[in-house]
Amino acid sequence: MTTSEALLKLEQLSRVFTVRRGLATSRFVAVDDVTLAIAADRPEILAVVGESGSGKTTLARMILGQVVPSAGHLHFKGRDMTRLSARERRIWFMKEVQPIFQDPFAAFSPLKKIESYLYETALNFGTATRATVDAHIDQALHTVGLSLKEIKGRYPNELSGGQMQRTAIARALTTNPSLLVADEPVSMLDASLRMAIVNSFRDLKQQQGVSVIYITHDLATAYYAADRIAVMLRGWVVELGPAEQVLGNPLHPYTQILKSSVPEPDPRMRWTEKVALARQELDEFSATGCKFATRCPFAMDVCSRVAPTNLVPDGRMVKCHLYDPAIPAAQKHRAGGAIPLTPVASTKAS
Amino acid sequence: MHIVANINDLRAYYITEAYGVRRTVKAVDGLSIAIRQNEIYGIAGESGCGKSTLLKVLLGMLTPPLTIVGGSVTYNFEGEPVDMASLSQAELRAMRWKELSYVPQGSMHVLNPVRRIRDTFRDFIGAHVRAPRREIDERVRAYLVELGLPDKVLGSFPHQLSGGMRQRVTIALATILSPRLIVADEPTTALDVVVQRGVIQLLQEIRERAGNTMVVVTHDMGVHANLTDRVAVLYAGQLMEEADTPTIFAQPRHPYTQHLIRSLPKIDDRSERVSIPGRPPALDNPPGGCRFHPRCPYAMEVCKTEVPLIEQVGPNHRVACWLINEERMGRIAARLANAEPRPLATDTQLTPQRPSPGGARSAGGPEGAIR
Repeated sequence: MTTSEALLKLEQLSRVFTVRRGLATSRFVAVDDVTLAIAADRPEILAVVGESGSGKTTLARMILGQVVPSAGHLHFKGRDMTRLSARERRIWFMKEVQPIFQDPFAAFSPLKKIESYLYETALNFGTATRATVDAHIDQALHTVGLSLKEIKGRYPNELSGGQMQRTAIARALTTNPSLLVADEPVSMLDASLRMAIVNSFRDLKQQQGVSVIYITHDLATAYYAADRIAVMLRGWVVELGPAEQVLGNPLHPYTQILKSSVPEPDPRMRWTEKVALARQELDEFSATGCKFATRCPFAMDVCSRVAPTNLVPDGRMVKCHLYDPAIPAAQKHRAGGAIPLTPVASTKAS
Repeated sequence: MHIVANINDLRAYYITEAYGVRRTVKAVDGLSIAIRQNEIYGIAGESGCGKSTLLKVLLGMLTPPLTIVGGSVTYNFEGEPVDMASLSQAELRAMRWKELSYVPQGSMHVLNPVRRIRDTFRDFIGAHVRAPRREIDERVRAYLVELGLPDKVLGSFPHQLSGGMRQRVTIALATILSPRLIVADEPTTALDVVVQRGVIQLLQEIRERAGNTMVVVTHDMGVHANLTDRVAVLYAGQLMEEADTPTIFAQPRHPYTQHLIRSLPKIDDRSERVSIPGRPPALDNPPGGCRFHPRCPYAMEVCKTEVPLIEQVGPNHRVACWLINEERMGRIAARLANAEPRPLATDTQLTPQRPSPGGARSAGGPEGAIR
């Protein structure tokens, strides 16, 4: 895929924060060498999943242009985003890429009527004129299952969390964007309301051709809505591929643990084994080898020494030594036989 | 079976009066549940269903405008049962953390941000146990190691810990004095799945080790399925259904319970899922009849006017729904028509019962009052 075909393209994107403690400074790599792309001609929902502190939000903020990358390239519609002028960023980029935040009640002022946000966004970005703005906003609200009549004159406290979050999506839609970046849009909502939000993402993709980057730690809704899933761990994308592959048959041990940790609404499927939690989170960020090695049930000697590369065993990307054809299978078997090792054989084919 | 806490026909309202306008929010309205010893009792329902108010009452945290209008909460830890309303503030304070403990929702906001974790532990324990500081520190360290937490956290400030670690520290704080009843309000919400699993594991371990009883409130049915022994489903301050966890997931009888369970997406299943439109009613003016009827896909005429009775549909399984009532009544009618008429009162299984206020105060039969 060349740069011109991609809607959004991240190339070896990294962000380093410096943490100062007294006189000493330490580096903290929040996003480490992330490469992914969203095609322009084929709208999709890309879910970014991972535990808290895995760099999901920093990644989103870089895509939104709120955080400047430390290294790597970020192209949107073929243009290098770090080189946009302030004016272009405001009138072109912010119109094309719209954010949706975690807590809708924090995103809207409680003292302002909700519709004012929709009007302001539509008029300021020039997607509607005074004459057409009502119809424009009503249409945006209709795509998320609301109408202007329902919210007109209302304040945030008069709406439920689900309605507020849908209004936030409608607000983002008033600029006719081509990409929505939704950072944990459902984590503040009841499980039963989540489906309404996730369903509206699906509708948006199908009916309006809007791509969505859906950042979440809720794997079940990610699987339900997303076309592709990127699993993040301590700044790395450790697995990236179609949702059916990544969550249907996870390859990376971390994805496997994530999948098995989703509480199934079925008491017959309770967990029987225990899970190891990260004890020292900061150490994992600066690990020399694989960042998951200390917690991985299949860790080998090589894992704590050498960082794995991005491997493509069966059409998806996996960052794990277990799927490296250069590492002898005997070692992997010793480390643990439970992981399906078949993809190693198909590496040559792909 | 020993009942640790008995809630009988509880009515807890928020009563406010401002500029002569009186407003009553019926957050918990006529609720009767009995919590058994050493069980994990789950309370499910959407936001605004009265879950948190129930917890406040259970913990005796009654500050205006929250007022108990009717019913009672009886603790039965050791010896004589105690009516919560009869306890003074000082007595309640002495009970808290030692016998009655609380794991709050937002662990960021409950730990003092300017005190190290060690000092918070000292405060907690020092309020109940007279012991030298060294001894307390040693006990805290031993307890953290027992729970699999690094003792390094003791020297940290809350902001230096991750969300999952803070939540686990909060649980350790709440349980270190081996309380008899632990009440947890959304203990895993806003945690990611692996940490959530760790917290569920931790709660189960503590229950097994200390033999205490837990009440866990969460809207996440997945957590209920993995953690609890029994589940009560609340809606608009009233009990809709209560059963053993396997039963409620295998045979949910109330339409609301069915919706809660079936609306959840599952991995390996991408079929379309819809959520019931609408939201829980405002509790200052709840709808008449069954409170779920405006959202219920099976609503009948009777649902709009009459409140359904709580009926026993199986061992340990209670449901308040006219569908069940109708079914029952239909069967009774059929039986009356076919067979010899016989007095309904002897058929305890089929008699709808309304929990009677005051009936559970006798020490002997709190369970009996509910059946």
